[in-house]
Amino acid sequence: MPDRHNPTDCGEALRQLYVFLDGELTSDRRTAIRTHLDRCACCLEAFDFEAELRVVVSTCCRRDEVPEQLRIRVVQALRTLAERPVDS
Amino acid sequence: MADQATFTAQAMEYMPSLYSAALRMTRNPADAEDLVQETYLRAYRGFGSFEQGTNLKAWLYRILTNTFINRYRAAKRRPDESDLEEVEDFYLYRRLGGLEGARASRSAEDELLDVLTEDEVREAVESLPENFRLAVLLADVEGFAYKEIAEILDIPIGTVMSRLHRGRRALQKRLYEFAAGRGLVDPPGEEPVGAPTGRSDDDDQERPGSA
Repeated sequence: MPDRHNPTDCGEALRQLYVFLDGELTSDRRTAIRTHLDRCACCLEAFDFEAELRVVVSTCCRRDEVPEQLRIRVVQALRTLAERPVDS
Repeated sequence: MADQATFTAQAMEYMPSLYSAALRMTRNPADAEDLVQETYLRAYRGFGSFEQGTNLKAWLYRILTNTFINRYRAAKRRPDESDLEEVEDFYLYRRLGGLEGARASRSAEDELLDVLTEDEVREAVESLPENFRLAVLLADVEGFAYKEIAEILDIPIGTVMSRLHRGRRALQKRLYEFAAGRGLVDPPGEEPVGAPTGRSDDDDQERPGSA
């Protein structure tokens, strides 16, 4: 449902969506976007979608369990290095 | 100047995220294990040059990424950026944002997981050309800042941003293709339809007492 808002605000908000979600906007720009999102349900929905998509991607890509033998291998290899320091 | 004796204590906690990243990079558990091990050995040897108090995780990722690029990029030529399809912004949102129920109490996260499996999400990330995959992994999975990604990948911040922009759009297209492949959403290419048409219930409605 389009709210009563200036359409250029929406275009600008959407252009800055990723930089906003990346936490890379200046605090002034960040505040301006937040103010816009408080007024504009359309943009808020798009921002929410993109933010949640990122949570899904991030969560799915972090579920891998470290094989126990890898942990053991690395600890042993580091121990060997510590005992016989290499020249480099 | 960092003390090598403290390396193991400080660095081991990052193994789960390094291993996950290595899996997305190499797409193969055996290679991922080798990559992580080599990263730790290199990091140990170079720990003297790590400045205590700076970001150890970013430092480890830089070694992981460099090791990956040096060791695996030469070995297997992967499709490069010229193969990255051009996609409009908000590709997925334009197609899934209006799914029935999306505005109800259910979150977009639940909606997405209705049409995509976790394996498909991982596969979609892994299918991105390497340059874009690395940028997306570092930003969207690991949450590194643009500046940190620029340092890890040794590229300008503007390049980080453009790789993220294109990589994310391509990722959305691939995610959508998985969902469409299972018939859960309309196939790509078709314009997203509006509200799903309500089915008429009249035909198969039980009519009590009508026998």
